[in-house]
Amino acid sequence: MKITLNGETRELTGPTVQDALAEIGLAGAKVATALNGAFLPAGLRGEILKDGDALEVVAPMQGG
Amino acid sequence: MPVFYGTEVANPLMLGTALYPSPAIMADAFRASGAGIATVSLRREGGGGQDFHALIRGLSIPVLPNTAGCHSVREAVTTAQMARELFDTPWIKLEVIRDDDTLCPDVIALVEAARILSDDGFQVFPYCTEDLSVCGRLLDAGCQVLMPWGAPIGSGRGLNNPYGLRSLRAHFPDVPLVVDAGIGLPSHAAQAMELGYDAVLLNTAVAKAGDSVAMARAMALAIQAGQLAHAANPIEARDMAAPSTPLFGMAVLS
Repeated sequence: MKITLNGETRELTGPTVQDALAEIGLAGAKVATALNGAFLPAGLRGEILKDGDALEVVAPMQGG
Repeated sequence: MPVFYGTEVANPLMLGTALYPSPAIMADAFRASGAGIATVSLRREGGGGQDFHALIRGLSIPVLPNTAGCHSVREAVTTAQMARELFDTPWIKLEVIRDDDTLCPDVIALVEAARILSDDGFQVFPYCTEDLSVCGRLLDAGCQVLMPWGAPIGSGRGLNNPYGLRSLRAHFPDVPLVVDAGIGLPSHAAQAMELGYDAVLLNTAVAKAGDSVAMARAMALAIQAGQLAHAANPIEARDMAAPSTPLFGMAVLS
């Protein structure tokens, strides 16, 4: 299915958010997620992705 | 030392982690200054996030994640929720920006976001202006610390409105106050502490200095000096001279 991952359209198998993270090599990474603009807690990454979903995956970064 | 939401911080210097020449220099700047808090952000994972997380953990000081770049209540709240999970802290430096040239906070949206987050258990550090009514609203919304800007972020202009900052200090004597943003020189940081502020948050002035590590140390020393000076009850400025050397006993030589 087509997912907008961090702003880029990607073809991902899924079907869950956790599966998608594994597909992009972030299965065990320290990341947080938002699905279609709303925070998706780590405990809810079993959520099934739908075609056209927008998934944001963020990580710790430098900041002031 | 400052106490934020019941947590005593070891040093009133709050230091950002962005814009350093290298991760090693950043870590050295933290060590040289003894900074009490490290501010961080979260961004789309592009490969560097995991190493940075390890570096931050290695500093062994409390981390204050921010919502930098957010322009709406919804963006800021969602970012805060992600930050809480990612950094495992209820602390959030809440930024909601209105104007991109000055990075002036959208104080209306800020109050709304602060209320939503406080109600949800966050401990909010709002990046705000020195406006008394806005600061009062932020306290009403549940904030227990205020972080008025000294000057626009990254401008290095120092304290644009010392009167306003002094007035804020006088109005809220029991609220932890932090000057956040605009610091360029150690003397600016010292001035904030001389006004009775509890801490200073800065980043660019250290990270973009020719020698970040030395500047970090200079900032820490200035903050310490300003804090000591405030506690020592400084004299009032006056217009006319007042001789310090005694006139009594002066030899008559004319």
